[in-house]
Amino acid sequence: MRINPRHTEKFIFGSLFSVSLIILVPISWVLLITLKYGLSVINLDFLTKSPTFNAGGGIYPAILGTILLVIGTIVVSLPIGLGAAIYLSEYSSKNLLTRIIRIGIISLAGVPSIVYGLFGFSFFVLFLGFDKSLLAGALTLSLMILPVVITASREAIDAVPEHFREVSLSLGATKWQTIRHAVIPHALSGILTGTILGIGRAAGETAPILLIASAWLVNTPTSVVGRGGRFMALPNYLYSTYALVGKSMENPNTPYGIALVLMLLVFLITLPAIIIRAKLRKERKW
Amino acid sequence: MNLKQIREFIIEKAIFLCGLVSIIGIILIFVFLIKEGGSFFLKESLRDFLLGIHWYPTSTPAKFGILPLILGSLLVTGAAISIAVPLGVAGAIFIAEIAKGSLKEFLKSSVELIQAIPSVVLGFLGAKALGGYVMDWFNLSSGLTAFTAALLLAFMALPTIISVMEDAITAVPKRYRESALAMGSTKWQAIYRVVLPAAASGMAAAIMLGIGRAIGETMVVAMASGNAAIIPGFPSGILGPVKTLTATIATETAEASGRHIQSLFAIAIALFLITLGVNVSADFLVHKKKVK
Repeated sequence: MRINPRHTEKFIFGSLFSVSLIILVPISWVLLITLKYGLSVINLDFLTKSPTFNAGGGIYPAILGTILLVIGTIVVSLPIGLGAAIYLSEYSSKNLLTRIIRIGIISLAGVPSIVYGLFGFSFFVLFLGFDKSLLAGALTLSLMILPVVITASREAIDAVPEHFREVSLSLGATKWQTIRHAVIPHALSGILTGTILGIGRAAGETAPILLIASAWLVNTPTSVVGRGGRFMALPNYLYSTYALVGKSMENPNTPYGIALVLMLLVFLITLPAIIIRAKLRKERKW
Repeated sequence: MNLKQIREFIIEKAIFLCGLVSIIGIILIFVFLIKEGGSFFLKESLRDFLLGIHWYPTSTPAKFGILPLILGSLLVTGAAISIAVPLGVAGAIFIAEIAKGSLKEFLKSSVELIQAIPSVVLGFLGAKALGGYVMDWFNLSSGLTAFTAALLLAFMALPTIISVMEDAITAVPKRYRESALAMGSTKWQAIYRVVLPAAASGMAAAIMLGIGRAIGETMVVAMASGNAAIIPGFPSGILGPVKTLTATIATETAEASGRHIQSLFAIAIALFLITLGVNVSADFLVHKKKVK
């Protein structure tokens, strides 16, 4: 007997659909559990006070530290990543150097986060003497997300039609003027979207700054570099409270509260990217 | 040279420098790993390091054999990939070829949402909640096992696998599908016989990138895998604790000193080389000449 291919198709499409839905199970599980145990922990004191011994008190220094890290990471990685993307899209020719740069980007993207952690500690903290400061943390994270920023910026720049450049050049503009006024403005929203998504991820990373972020601080940073630049970060604080679970933590649900705040923060950081992208899809001008 | 030309010149050089940053970065990483970890091999043989079966970094005499850690990484990664690949392939085919409109957008953003969940959160929930289920399901004394970590890693590798595969499938020219449909094949026959073979190298690359991501993932395994540096039995080891290369670095560096810390940098060199190999070959697959 021959099975009707239309029936096979229906069966297979149905199975593919149900398997795709399985993907949603872990997401909902993560959100529900964090909300269930975390929501009760969060109140004004939790968000605005410093931590006390045994993970009591609040998590304000960790929230502030993560926000400052994110700002630092944007300030460092956006200009460099954008510059690299402009070089690759507009200046470079197809030669050995370009190939090597491309391999460099791919390799950077593949380096495990904990290896960035060891590197950041031995290079920025010890070798350059930055201490365990915000600067050392932001530079480590910037290097880690550089491939994301470069790739996103390149895609956005390459999507700008060639005749935009030709018109600008034919009007007597220099190459840089063309890039600055005829290319970048049209690629900007794409560049920002990709960058923000990358930075949202950096905000949740623990391993790269495992040896840089402080486990427990009462004060907030007073400078960018040096001892005064020491900081706490939300993901790392979650990791250190994890070690306390079952021992002597004041409130055993505290880690869930930290996790919830961390996920909310990542969401708030990525929200502009989601909005810009939705707008971008609607109003493509060319 | 007038002012405008000078400005143009400076900007061009600055942009060129930015272009070089990624190469400088990767070289610096390698140099500093060697600087801190290279001296380890002056006293230890590479053979004892890679094939030694005892990881006792703090006992006297200390033993630095990373075979249990390598096997731990392989076991967790292998299990994670065998869970993630079937789910990823099905998800990618469904999103790229079958789903339409808002369902497609919804699934795509859900996959993206996974990437936004910090790994330390997954590690914590995995150890606290998922570990409990695993303990009950298999009647174990501890829920922190290779399997627990593998489930979480599979989940984390899914976005990479799905999005790269989806790109590969979407990149197959439309006329391939149209020709197959015009010859009377059903949509599924067109996907299975024409589209998937054409997208095969890109899909293989997606799996490679997923493997790279799973090997390099740190926090989830550090928190949920039990961290026991023992050679896992087969297949029983999947339900026992293991320690991976990444988790070893993450859990031991803060308290390590002397030769122990050198050995952790030596592990980082090994990890660096492994992931470099995996990612460069994945890239080669992506850019392999497509079917003419």
